[in-house]
Amino acid sequence: MSARENILNAIARNQPELIDVPVIDQNVIIRYEDKYAQFKAVLESIGGQTELISDVAILKKQLIADKQSGDFVVNAIAELGDIDNQIAEFTAFELEKIEKAYIKGTVGVAENGAVWVFESQMINRLVPFICQHLIVVIAKKDIVDTLHQAYDKIDVSREGFGVFIAGPSKTADIEQSLVIGAHGARSAKIYVIE
Amino acid sequence: MKITHDALAEKFIADEPRTDWHDETLWFVRAKRDKAAHGLPEWEQLREWGSQIKNRTLSNLSNYLIEFEKNALANGIKVHWASDAKEHNEIVHEIIKKHKIQKIVKSKSMLTEECHLNEYLHHHGIEVVDTDLGERIVQFRKEPPSHIVLPAIHLKKEDVSATFHEHLQTEKGNNDPQYLTEAARQHLRNKFVESDLAITGVNFAIAETGGFVVCTNEGNADMGAHTAKVHIACMGFEKLIPKAEDLSVFLRLLARSATGQPITTYSSHFHKPRPNQEMHIVIVDNGRSKQLGREDFRNSLKCIRCAACFNTCPVYRRSGGHSYHTAVAGPIGSILNPNLDMKANADLPFASTLCGSCSNVCPVKINIHEQLWKWRQVIVSEGYVATGKKVGMKGASFLFSNPKMYRLIGKIGRWGMRAFPLMINNKANPWFKQREMPEAPKESFRDWYLKNGKNKS
Repeated sequence: MSARENILNAIARNQPELIDVPVIDQNVIIRYEDKYAQFKAVLESIGGQTELISDVAILKKQLIADKQSGDFVVNAIAELGDIDNQIAEFTAFELEKIEKAYIKGTVGVAENGAVWVFESQMINRLVPFICQHLIVVIAKKDIVDTLHQAYDKIDVSREGFGVFIAGPSKTADIEQSLVIGAHGARSAKIYVIE
Repeated sequence: MKITHDALAEKFIADEPRTDWHDETLWFVRAKRDKAAHGLPEWEQLREWGSQIKNRTLSNLSNYLIEFEKNALANGIKVHWASDAKEHNEIVHEIIKKHKIQKIVKSKSMLTEECHLNEYLHHHGIEVVDTDLGERIVQFRKEPPSHIVLPAIHLKKEDVSATFHEHLQTEKGNNDPQYLTEAARQHLRNKFVESDLAITGVNFAIAETGGFVVCTNEGNADMGAHTAKVHIACMGFEKLIPKAEDLSVFLRLLARSATGQPITTYSSHFHKPRPNQEMHIVIVDNGRSKQLGREDFRNSLKCIRCAACFNTCPVYRRSGGHSYHTAVAGPIGSILNPNLDMKANADLPFASTLCGSCSNVCPVKINIHEQLWKWRQVIVSEGYVATGKKVGMKGASFLFSNPKMYRLIGKIGRWGMRAFPLMINNKANPWFKQREMPEAPKESFRDWYLKNGKNKS
């Protein structure tokens, strides 16, 4: 018998009697009066930044200035100009030079400051991790109270990869001292469009 | 000689200020957990849901695994099954050999620690770079992690500074965590961009979608997995959950219980390999199916590896992770490891005060302290305790069930302690270690009660 059959048979033999699936009553779950305010407070407490803007086009000027600075800046937001599709084929060695990346998110989560980003929103899976500074844009109406509503809104298997990002990369592995900028982005700023 | 928790703990506590520091550091993490938990009015309900979803999963595990495999295969992921650590290591080695790969990065996976994958590959001439900062630190020092979430929690920044000075040529004596982390960032970014193969663990595998979730704060799992042309994710089969929506419960519980964060920085959901990438999942048993059959202990398989039970444990905090001499230390390790090797780990269920704090903080409500107590009974009946303890316990049992004998011995004992204090206050008596023996009272409580208590009622 193969390992697979051995394992599955042993489990089938040893697992307890079938138990019902629990019912998750979302009525008992915390709600926030002002989801954006909660999102902002939590995100800032974990090292991220956020700003409310009236229109995504406001970021156009900033993107142009960033690109003109000579730094390697990646844009993945159609409303801001051409999307840098060429980086889809870039190697990690090349992507490691990214100073800043502009990407869109799908859902923001008030309870923990996380933003869901689909693979299609990041051009290349490495982008939100390997860039030095990350900018994510979400709509205010897409901020939900908790992860329960977030998972209701997204189909995690729609694409090959997706991620909740909550603030910048960090570590406290040296004597529990919090250091921002472990391996991933050193800063994460979330622009929320009203 | 057999390594035991008490002998290793004795070494650890020889440095008293450091022991106190270790204790306080872990308690600080526990306090952060409390703050995060108290921030959610539904916290206890959340734990209950987490527990129930895991109970359901264990009761239907064979079907969920088949469903997971089917969906993962449809996603283009290659699925492997390993009965034990040896098979797991061979499968990983085989993939590495097939691609003739030299550069390998690995993010945190307690399963690969349990299977001693690094040592196995090293033995075959293959080096793996651990990329979690804490794991890299202990890897440089040729030590195992001492904590499943905070691998280098036993080290002070001076230790890390000395280690990095030796291996990364950082400034001697520069103990600034910011500076040291930056040095590791530069060092590991080079390792990431040149890596050909990435090994990651799995926090949750979703039966319904055939995908899996990996949680990190540093971003190291993603840096590796999205760079390498081959990604191998290794999981014990108990990582399975039925549905994607169950992730809401577990991701809400995990980081809050572990470090007091509302969520880890990155919660990455992998479903398909990138174009031209190979993605493998190795599903490992290694004693888990046996544990599933042990009614008293099967709940230990609900564990989501948050380490809240470590941080709260008065014994772990004061004895350090290395004293548990296993990949998974702490209270949960002490109920998992006797299943893997009862003889080698017979000491672990005794490394506890049975205070129950572990069970109280467990996000999936594992009855850890009850299982510790039950393991003690199994271990004694299987004959895996030291003769001294066995004889002592038998003697105590005899004494406590014979009131007359108990009173007589008590009398002799009290007289002996007063007349010949050195008979008790000497090194041959293990209770004398780090303790002052109490002054013996002239009469027992019983004698006093017979004289005074009875008359007054």
